[in-house]
Amino acid sequence: MSSSQFTSVAGIAPAIPPGRTTLSIDPETSSTGLVGGFFEWFGSLGVFFWRVLCAAVTPPYEWRELIRQLDEVGSKSFPLVALAGAAIGVVISLEARYSLSRFGAKSMFPATLVYSVIQVMGPIITGLVVSGRVGAGIGAELASMKVTEQIDAIEASAINPYRLLAATRILACILMMPLLTLAADACGLLTGWFAQHLVEPLSFHQFIENGFHGATFDAFLPPTFKTAVYGLIIGLIACFQGMRTRGGAEGVGRAATNSVVLGSLFLILADVVLVKFILVFFP
Amino acid sequence: MAIAYDIPTEQPKPEQDANASVVAVEDLHKSFGSRKVLDGISLSVNRGETLAVLGRSGTGKSVLLRLIIGLETPDSGSVRIHGQDIVGLALDRLGEIRKKMGFLFQHAALYDSLTVAENVAFPLTHHRKNLSKSEREDCVKQLLTEVGMENDLGKMPSDISGGMQKRVGLARALALEPEILLLDEPTAGLDPISSGDFDQLILKLQRERQMASIVVTHDLHSARTIANRLALLDGGHVLAEGKYEDLQQSDIPFVNEFLKQQ
Repeated sequence: MSSSQFTSVAGIAPAIPPGRTTLSIDPETSSTGLVGGFFEWFGSLGVFFWRVLCAAVTPPYEWRELIRQLDEVGSKSFPLVALAGAAIGVVISLEARYSLSRFGAKSMFPATLVYSVIQVMGPIITGLVVSGRVGAGIGAELASMKVTEQIDAIEASAINPYRLLAATRILACILMMPLLTLAADACGLLTGWFAQHLVEPLSFHQFIENGFHGATFDAFLPPTFKTAVYGLIIGLIACFQGMRTRGGAEGVGRAATNSVVLGSLFLILADVVLVKFILVFFP
Repeated sequence: MAIAYDIPTEQPKPEQDANASVVAVEDLHKSFGSRKVLDGISLSVNRGETLAVLGRSGTGKSVLLRLIIGLETPDSGSVRIHGQDIVGLALDRLGEIRKKMGFLFQHAALYDSLTVAENVAFPLTHHRKNLSKSEREDCVKQLLTEVGMENDLGKMPSDISGGMQKRVGLARALALEPEILLLDEPTAGLDPISSGDFDQLILKLQRERQMASIVVTHDLHSARTIANRLALLDGGHVLAEGKYEDLQQSDIPFVNEFLKQQ
């Protein structure tokens, strides 16, 4: 990432006095340079996360808005996630069959497909698709509200915008990601089996039995539930980028783009850490 | 049809008690980076009184309103609401004070995913949970009737004009029956007739509700119509404050120039 790109992404660190909620940021008080901008951005993100966490655990809770966001994040992302999972299933099926044939290990095909989809590709593909759809949507929506003073209006009405807008969206992402990942996995396995069945008939029952032979919950639950962390990353970065926007339409576009780019980037980086964590604690 | 609105000779009378300042701003300073916007502003407003804050564009009028409702924090000085300094107040406590205030943003700031009725109901839904659905609907209808928008309940903000959006914004600002009303350029962008209509609406509401109001505007005619007192800002300071007739007697050149240009 170039210096100028990171500066535009990092933005400016807000000086948020106690009791304040708005994220109005003054460019004239920003630190200069890539390193300063880097730490300012993370500092601002940390402050934002703390305020959201405090708002999320104190009443009154925004149940209605949470349910609305569960629908927005979950059920409206389902078709796209299912399609992506299905495509990945076919791709892995074709590639795996070719590779395994070369090494005389065609019998390993079901297990290869199952483990590849559930442990690796399903979670990451779901994360990237949701980051693109949901991250951009949340970033653009909140940015648009910010530049039209709607967030200020919420705050002026004595309603905590961190609780109403950010906490509900982040929690919806955390709760929905594992479910969406399960959907992507199911579609991937189904289409992967079907792609194989077209070439070499294999009953679905046999495929499932061979694929999950000897498998335990430890092999599949951690990779699925790690996507809750992806949800946290996607929701947190999108809300953060949206609620600190300035600059009109250009700012809204930048917020949407940054939500996707940074959400996807941190998601992949988090995957590196989480995979290691899972290998250590669930060997 | 042209409608002429005479500037009333008698605005609603405020409380005469000298200690009844509902809003008191003392020695406020606010800078954005190296740019000093407010340089020691002190103002007060009593119950039932309307103060119009005038000045050129960019003189910090809107910033002053944002400081009063706590959307910005001053560099120094105090903002007292019913004697309570809100600077540095915890969010929950600030929220309790904000419930007594209504704010009309310059562009209304309606929630664009909600209908007109839902926008006005928004503060009621969050802060008047004891109201039943029908009671809330009645309250919303009454508020929108007061501002002349009773036939547009189901419309979206994008379906109504700027002037109508401001009326809805005003109804939303009045939803919690505030004691203090803050209006940021309420007639900006409105044609003269709509502007006059809006001024009469504010006057009517002021007579009925006796709120302490602060109106930020650069429209002197509007200020003379609705305000008991005027305060002219320039260079971060209050150059002159008082009734329009008093300002006309001012020997400050900028004040005379400003009044002449209007």
